Amino acid sequence: MHLRKEAVDIIKNICKKYKDEPSPLMLVLSDTQKEYGYIPLEVQEVISEELNIPVSDIYGVVTFYSFFSLTPKGRYVIGVCLGTACYVKGGQNILDKFSELLKIKPGQTTEDGLFTLDALRCIGACGIAPAISINGKVYPKVTLSQVQTIIDEYRKKDKEG
Amino acid sequence: MGKITVYFENKPYVVDDDLTILEAAKICGYNIPNLCTWKKGRCSVASCRVCLVKVEGERRLVPSCAYPVRDGLKVFISDPAAVVARRTSVELLLSNHSLSCQTCRKNGKCELLEVSKRVGAEPEKYIGEKTPVTLDFLAPGLTRDTSKCILCGRCIEACKDTQGIGILGFEKRGFNTFVGPSENRSFNNVPCIQCGQCTLVCPTGALMEHNEIDKLDQAFAEGKYVIVQTAPAVRAAIGEEFGELIGTKSTGKMVAALHRLGFYRVFDTNFAADLTITEEANEFVHRVITRTPGPMITSCSPGWVNYLEYYYPELIPHLSTCKSPHEMMGAIIKSYYAEKHGIDRSKICVVSIMPCTAKKYEKERPENSVDGIKDVDVVLTTRELGQLIRRSGIQWKKLPDEEFDDDLIGDYSGAGVIFGVTGGVMEAAVRTAYYILTNHELEPIEFAPCRGLQGIKEAELTILGNKYNIAMASGMKNAKVLLEQIKKGECKYDFIEIMGCPGGCVNGGGQPYVYPVFLENEDDNIQDTYIQKRANVLYEEDRGRKIRRSHQNPDIKTLYKDYLGEYGSPLAHKLLHTHYNNKREKYPDDPSKEP
Repeated sequence: MHLRKEAVDIIKNICKKYKDEPSPLMLVLSDTQKEYGYIPLEVQEVISEELNIPVSDIYGVVTFYSFFSLTPKGRYVIGVCLGTACYVKGGQNILDKFSELLKIKPGQTTEDGLFTLDALRCIGACGIAPAISINGKVYPKVTLSQVQTIIDEYRKKDKEG
Repeated sequence: MGKITVYFENKPYVVDDDLTILEAAKICGYNIPNLCTWKKGRCSVASCRVCLVKVEGERRLVPSCAYPVRDGLKVFISDPAAVVARRTSVELLLSNHSLSCQTCRKNGKCELLEVSKRVGAEPEKYIGEKTPVTLDFLAPGLTRDTSKCILCGRCIEACKDTQGIGILGFEKRGFNTFVGPSENRSFNNVPCIQCGQCTLVCPTGALMEHNEIDKLDQAFAEGKYVIVQTAPAVRAAIGEEFGELIGTKSTGKMVAALHRLGFYRVFDTNFAADLTITEEANEFVHRVITRTPGPMITSCSPGWVNYLEYYYPELIPHLSTCKSPHEMMGAIIKSYYAEKHGIDRSKICVVSIMPCTAKKYEKERPENSVDGIKDVDVVLTTRELGQLIRRSGIQWKKLPDEEFDDDLIGDYSGAGVIFGVTGGVMEAAVRTAYYILTNHELEPIEFAPCRGLQGIKEAELTILGNKYNIAMASGMKNAKVLLEQIKKGECKYDFIEIMGCPGGCVNGGGQPYVYPVFLENEDDNIQDTYIQKRANVLYEEDRGRKIRRSHQNPDIKTLYKDYLGEYGSPLAHKLLHTHYNNKREKYPDDPSKEP
């Protein structure tokens, strides 16, 4: 896969911004994740060239932190909390239900690019466990029967644009 | 740097104050079990926890590799808790290990196995889930088996710091962590130059050369004319496989062993080194006469050629078009030699014994074949030759000294021998180029600025009033410095020699391992001195040769007179020269080539 020139420019600009930082890699990756959406190997090659850091180092950091992604995320990122409280209250069942209905495993994205399913560690909403978050919006005390409704809600929202 | 007193097991010792406990202990006569002393300096990771010791006043056991000594420090290696902790550390490493020692080719040179024995570890003390395994046997030069990896990071340092490349890295996290090229790709699908420096530091069998002994067996079984050639650096190290001290010249015994292994002919790649020099020196002289701008760079090292193609393709025009010596040898065996003896060239199998893993890759390049037949069929490393000799029950110490076969292409000069050390190709080329330009021999013959193990060497040479600047670099980190100069147009050199491995072929990725734990008879500083000791073997052989200049090799003269014609003739070009790929993709999308 080859990157478009615009994409290369975006990444080069991010690198330029942090070039003089003592340890620019995390800052660059963080901005790239936000602006470009994901950090595939082609993007890492550009960063490697700009910052003079081997690709293997960058790849190591990207695969170490779950915040960074190697594949494009869906339009709606569903994060199911599996922190202790949510897990005890059935978070795993909620995750399995999403997985079953969307036909993807945690970490994957649906073919239509609409949903990404992620398993999260504590999101700090233990009082309302089990909790999920979709693009930052938190849903409290989710039940199994709600899962289909939530998915439908976003499909409808997407059609309406 | 001052002197301080430390206590090991309550005995006082005076040591330098800038050492770690591990280093100080070694000097004082204690080998603390460890998996990291592969080079001078501190262990940068301190992750294996194999070298734990008790230090008075510390609440916990400390890793001796990362703990600096201080005056009055009291260290207890045999403390019962430390003994148990070291054993447990190893047992935990083994709990995620494939435990396939019986069939592992690293057995006998495996530091993990040695340390396990020393601490008395039980291999299956902890049984449980294991990290998913990747096996990469696709690259011709190198293999990777993560089931044997202990995540020490030595290979990562070798690739990134020694070579300045950085193909290998830690990936993922926690229990799923593994070491490999990005995206867990094969070495074939990343810009890895297959130099094999990583295999020299791997304490287990996780990273190794791609074994080809089965190909050799097949050639013998098919009744082929199996002709072997040995690179110069092999004779400087093969003895180490059989317990000889580092720096023992083993040319005679090596040849004797090869004769006993059933090879049809045993030749020295040095003949082809002389041929390379003859072609390359003429190529250089041609560039001088035609005033071709910029330096010419040698092309003997396939790891180096890979590096240039991947990282500086725009500089390929500077590279000599000469094939590397063993490829030239293969091409000459399958043409000149075969024709003179009336042997069908398709019935010949050329085997190269090399100090190199990249040569395994090089022989697969389509450019290194003539009329559809590969110049070289099998490449074995020095280590694999050791295995071959052991397998056949040949007792090294009882071998006599024998000579290479004197059959058309058997002679070689001292100039060919020194190819195996950084600066050697340049020194050999200078001897011949001087003669071509002046019609006189260079005296004295030994050209001191080419010698020594510095990463970059340079010299000025005056021939017929013209000044020539030459430079030599070994290791890609050093080569990069010169390449950047060329790129920026700041390069003053006319001729550059580059070798892929630090110190040249004597320290190639296919050479015997230098792990202090197995080398109790060597000096403590052996890791600082082994390259020079091996290099000395080659310089000694050069001094002992009657003919020391490539252009004086009588077999070379006959080859040109009877067969090739002029230097750089069309036939010489067809057989001895190659071309390079300036469109090599660093990360090709080819899922079929994934491990």
